[in-house]
Amino acid sequence: MNEIRTADSLGLSREDLPNSYIGRSVPRPNLPKLVQGRATYTDDVVLPRMLHAAFYRSPHAHARILSIDSAAAMLVPGVVRVFTGADIAKVCDPWVAVLAHLKGMKSAPQYALPLDRATWQGEALVAVVADSRAAAEDGVAALEVTFDPLPAQTDMATALAPGAVVIHPELGDNLAFQRTAVQGDVEAAFASAHKVVEARFVSARHTGVTLEPRSIIADFSRADDTLTVHLATQAPHMIQSVLATQLHLEEGRVRVICKDVGGSFGIKVHVYPDEVAVAAISRILGRPVKFIADRFESFGSDIHARDHVITGRIGVDAQGKILAFDIDDLTGIGPYSVYPRTSAVEGNQVVNLCGGPYDFANYRCSTTVVLQNKVPTCQYRAVGHPIATAVTEGLVDMAAHAIGMDPIEMRRRNMLRDDAYPYTSPAGMRFEGLSHHASLAKLLELVPVDRIRADQTAKRHKGVYRGLGFAAFIELTNPSPFMYGIGGARISAQDGATVRMDPDGSVVVASGVTEQGQGTETILAQIVAHGVGVAVNKVRVVTGDTQNTPYGGGTWACRGAGIGGEAALQSAIALKDQILHVAGTMLQASPATLDIMLGEVVDKTTGTPRISLAEIGRVVYFRGDTLPKDLPREFVQTRHYITKEYPFAFTNGIQACWVEVDTATGMVKVLEHWCVEDCGRVINPMLVDEQVRGGIVQGLGGALYEHCVYDEQGNLLTTTMADYLVPMAAEMPEIHVGHVETPTKESLLGAKGAGEAGTAGAPGALMNAINDALRPLGAVVTEQPFTPARILRALDAI
Amino acid sequence: MSARIDITLMVNGERVSRSVEARRHLIDFLRLDLGLTGSHAGCEHGVCGACTVRVDGEIVRGCLVLAASLDGAEVTTIEGLTDSAEVADLQDAFVACNAAQCGFCSPGMVMAAADILRHHPTATREEIREHLSGNYCRCTGYQAIVDAVEQTLATRREDRR
Repeated sequence: MNEIRTADSLGLSREDLPNSYIGRSVPRPNLPKLVQGRATYTDDVVLPRMLHAAFYRSPHAHARILSIDSAAAMLVPGVVRVFTGADIAKVCDPWVAVLAHLKGMKSAPQYALPLDRATWQGEALVAVVADSRAAAEDGVAALEVTFDPLPAQTDMATALAPGAVVIHPELGDNLAFQRTAVQGDVEAAFASAHKVVEARFVSARHTGVTLEPRSIIADFSRADDTLTVHLATQAPHMIQSVLATQLHLEEGRVRVICKDVGGSFGIKVHVYPDEVAVAAISRILGRPVKFIADRFESFGSDIHARDHVITGRIGVDAQGKILAFDIDDLTGIGPYSVYPRTSAVEGNQVVNLCGGPYDFANYRCSTTVVLQNKVPTCQYRAVGHPIATAVTEGLVDMAAHAIGMDPIEMRRRNMLRDDAYPYTSPAGMRFEGLSHHASLAKLLELVPVDRIRADQTAKRHKGVYRGLGFAAFIELTNPSPFMYGIGGARISAQDGATVRMDPDGSVVVASGVTEQGQGTETILAQIVAHGVGVAVNKVRVVTGDTQNTPYGGGTWACRGAGIGGEAALQSAIALKDQILHVAGTMLQASPATLDIMLGEVVDKTTGTPRISLAEIGRVVYFRGDTLPKDLPREFVQTRHYITKEYPFAFTNGIQACWVEVDTATGMVKVLEHWCVEDCGRVINPMLVDEQVRGGIVQGLGGALYEHCVYDEQGNLLTTTMADYLVPMAAEMPEIHVGHVETPTKESLLGAKGAGEAGTAGAPGALMNAINDALRPLGAVVTEQPFTPARILRALDAI
Repeated sequence: MSARIDITLMVNGERVSRSVEARRHLIDFLRLDLGLTGSHAGCEHGVCGACTVRVDGEIVRGCLVLAASLDGAEVTTIEGLTDSAEVADLQDAFVACNAAQCGFCSPGMVMAAADILRHHPTATREEIREHLSGNYCRCTGYQAIVDAVEQTLATRREDRR
């Protein structure tokens, strides 16, 4: 396994092996259109007779809907029709978002538009459809809706207490899911510990803020009973299945087309009730209907994430050996679990991931997932990882400080050995192969620790407080059916690729994984070019169309490269075999003596060109009569790939963050940031580096600025980008990225995921850096985001 | 909301006459009335910069300018900027540095970066970061964008010698 011929494996430079694209920083072929304004996002698509939807959204966190009067709205010029929950329910079934393997999980039936009760502020209640978005909004403004406001359950801490408002009385209480993992003897370990450190961590509710808002055009044609949906999504086949089921259509008559997508990060992998309503409206009207969320709607209806409060304990012996972790997570997920992936997964991930990088025996971790009248939460980039990493690494740093040990030494003593694999963690996660020590060593080559420590000491004498923080992490990638399929969700863990050679010798690959900016299409082109033996610019890529790509899961949980890439590699190799078979017949040579290099069939040993792919294409497609009758000439090859040995391919890495804290203003300036990541085989180093950098900035944003702030009544106070702060260029540091490569042995390609590592580690590294800076002042912060007010409060300055 | 105003303006070097609603924003005018979909509506309240275009030589937020106010104006969008090849080197540098991921911010980012090339030929990395701080990018982490602008500035300075 893993015997792909790359330039590195042959000891050659990449230039010496011209058809080696795996491991090469190929620029993305789809970038010119993006920087020239020639991309096609869903909102750029205009269809004949298209209508536009706008939604009346609940002004209350919790209220009974008493009446909806649409008479005035119907008089607004351009308005075509108004749809209530009852109208939509005639053609669209409600759904319940639970997974069978998350035992005991419960949620209530959710309708595309609710029938009689609003359960969060921002929930779509009524749809107005008009000939323009502006007219539809005018119609919404003319609607008269009356409510009986109900008390809102907003505080997760009281969600299960006596007297709590039970959001769905039929569920009995507000508990959606609970799980505890126990390994070893936790109490005995703490009793025997030299030091026990305890802390409370808060990870604030935040959201994805994709620059392109959620976007859909649903187009139901009565002529052929088909629903064509243009959608900004990460998972076209999943949406196809869901819409078919909810709208009583045959799955084969629903087509999901996903052209360019303006960022996703998990925001666009879920089923949104307003989008399902748009599909239902098109089903009723038999016309295309477009809905593009505006930013105000995005804040109140895109999934939120990370609303966790955690208490954690760590016990260590006198030598700094970690004996036990004991962690208790509480998270609020809004009034409904989100379909179909469910909202219990982030809490579940916290249980799976805490303590992940370390060798320790005793573990207890529980998550309690409760309902509340806020925007529903669900999977957002690095699901659970930033929380688990911040808690773990925060505790490790505190323990190191308590026993007077350097934080690097503390980690070195406790990290799983690089030769310890395969290994099963106390949380039950199986690791095929990780590289914590190699990654730490690589990080220390990049981070000038001695110079930084000297600078830190010198600056402190001048009243300038700087700190250096570390965070090691593991990351779950390449999910198998153990993530969703075994729970009953129709979400494919398998993916396929079809590779075809056309008469001119060019190659087309169609893949079930999707592109939202990560570079999926680029790495598919690289892999196929490498596998077949053509120049990368001879490969065209098709993604994002359920009718024209093999069935697959799409791009999420870092599966694009590892799963989609392997399917592409295997289909490319199959096509190459077929081409060589035909070439061997034409050249009267054994296929084993031939190879393909940059579009030419060559003699394998000498490299002498024998015949071009274009000539083979000409003969096969136009003069097939000249070939032997029984010669197979299948220049379209499809292969699928699914992981079988491990439920997930874990990756690992470590980050370092160097900050300055202004103790007068509480402002944190990130000076520099480093990350070493092991995502297995790196297909395109430039793209991986940018994935890591972007992920780090997203992690830093969540830890420094981003916060969906609610008042006690459940009013969302941060509904513009002037209130909800995101990181901009000036605040963000230069980020240095290094790699260690431990390919997974499950696939020939050996790739694991790379997209979430940055987000997983950045908040923990930042927190440890801030606390390193504040340590001489006796202040500690553990509540994200680390706003100036929180830092000043920790310093007792306010 | 039905009041309409007649305007005639130059968009990407072409004369355009339209009757627009008084409330029509420039970004909607460009995208919906003229089919210039290269500029994007990201936040519609002037924070994200995805709708950045040039009006009479200066960059503006397309979501904060009313089309009705632009009678006689000269507007350049990413389409016009690209056709003129004014920033072909910058766009090449964006591709070479991988300074775009999803691309939704890219046209606005290129418009803002073009402004640096025109007005601040000696900008430092820090000044580039400051100048681009009105343009939100969720994907890249900004570093590659700063690299692309810095490289283009350096090459242009080199060429001028």
